[in-house]
Amino acid sequence: MYVAVKGGEQAILNSHKVIAEERRGDPAVPELTLAQVKEQMQLAVDRVMTEGSLYDRDLAALAIKQAQGDLVEAIFLLRAYRTTLTRFGATLPIDTAKMAVRRRISAAYKDLPGGQVLGPSYDYTHRLLDFALAAEEGVGAPQVDMAEEPVDESIPRVTDILNHEGLIEEEVAADDEARVADLTREPMEFPAERDMRLQNLARGDEGFLLALGYSTQRGYGRNHPFAGEIRLGEVAVAFEPEELGFPIEIGEITVSECQMINQFAGSAERPPQFTRGYGLAFGHCERKTMAMALVDRALRARELDETVDYPAQDEEFVLYHSDNVEASGFVQHLKLPHYVDFQSELQLIRSLRRRHDEEQMEAAE
Amino acid sequence: MTMRSENGAGVGAPAEGAGLESLPGSGSPPGGVPAEAVQAERQRWMSVLAKAQLSELEQAWDQVEERPAFQWLRPPEIGMVMVRARSGGTGGQFNLGQMTVTRCALRVDSGATGLGYVQGRSKRHAELAAIFDALLQDGGRRAVLDEEVIRPLAAAYDRRRDERSRKANSTKVNFFTLVRGEND
Repeated sequence: MYVAVKGGEQAILNSHKVIAEERRGDPAVPELTLAQVKEQMQLAVDRVMTEGSLYDRDLAALAIKQAQGDLVEAIFLLRAYRTTLTRFGATLPIDTAKMAVRRRISAAYKDLPGGQVLGPSYDYTHRLLDFALAAEEGVGAPQVDMAEEPVDESIPRVTDILNHEGLIEEEVAADDEARVADLTREPMEFPAERDMRLQNLARGDEGFLLALGYSTQRGYGRNHPFAGEIRLGEVAVAFEPEELGFPIEIGEITVSECQMINQFAGSAERPPQFTRGYGLAFGHCERKTMAMALVDRALRARELDETVDYPAQDEEFVLYHSDNVEASGFVQHLKLPHYVDFQSELQLIRSLRRRHDEEQMEAAE
Repeated sequence: MTMRSENGAGVGAPAEGAGLESLPGSGSPPGGVPAEAVQAERQRWMSVLAKAQLSELEQAWDQVEERPAFQWLRPPEIGMVMVRARSGGTGGQFNLGQMTVTRCALRVDSGATGLGYVQGRSKRHAELAAIFDALLQDGGRRAVLDEEVIRPLAAAYDRRRDERSRKANSTKVNFFTLVRGEND
């Protein structure tokens, strides 16, 4: 039975007004500008771009302001906006070997070509609240030291260094003309190949991937990882417009990359060697890329003849639950009116209860 | 300052019969210069124009003498491209996520067509990139524009990149080993 429920219109309109007031907060406090969000909440902007799967700092900043800092809501807003834009095509693959590196560390080698460049990171801070930031006069313009020389123009990948000895699997493009899976245009299919898995993980929820990555470290997936290399920096984006016939650089994006190196005992086809897990994200999302690399490696169980025993290795479990826009939508749809459903459940439980009581009575007699 | 067509022809609307298929090679290569060399040059300046900051482009445009009238072949349009990457950096391709891009195409009164494809949502940026692209295809103007516009824009970009990189390099670790030597 369908029962039309009306009468909420005015309440909804007024709810919009209340949320607008809440978002604004105390009018005596100056309103937040998008430039402030973009410049001073950069890591929030980066997460929204990565999981919203759209590189546009201004739009991400707007989404964060509109969502009152609720990043999952902001990601939803960005994803929704994206559907209004035409797609001009796909870019050439970005080349992270040519990255203008701002941070590059390896936990596998101390001395390595190109060195360890710490760059911007909270890793080496004491994690004590800094009350200087609370001072009324602010922090002004912090000064940064400048080295005489820039970072090396081309920094070899740690995985390529290991490769010289043949101790790590190689990542080669088997067929560069092959169609690339695209979740924005086609549904997920299983078994899912690496291209589909990586796209899913790249826009997947950081918290979900972090927990799954953590589970592999605690024994639910055993892949003994080392952070072979972590990079942050800018890469050029090249695109070949149809009407031009040759590629041109159309801009530059910031990306974070993690190459995780994992033990592998070998299989019938492969000798013992290190295997790899890969993480890549827009902006500065280092934790996300590390978690992504752990989960990427765990999801390669099938390919590497490993038994699938744990959640992080189960591609249906991981890929179907990683998207926070879908997850949030399905969990929160429970708030929508289910009045009729609930009435029928109520009737059912009443009749079950009656039968239960009758049976109890009969048993007692 | 205006860069609108003086005669008003076709401004803001695609010109009739001016199909975009006419774009490739529309800039006639100057005599004796091989087509690949012109293409490489065009790739270079289009890249510089796309990566320049809008304020720098506006400034460069302000300096330009003899600004041409033009008509739109395709007025600025905001869209996106899917950014691809490779697994492990070198392996098979995958779709990382999308990026906003603004594109446009126009024809200047000398007949050259200019194309703008730039990251972000600035229609003005795409427009200026396209008009410079058209002007740079004019063999008679290229040398001057390259000297006065493209080189300074490229230098400004290099400066920003160098500054960022030298800041990063100040955080490079210089490992040293403490030697607890035997007394000899």
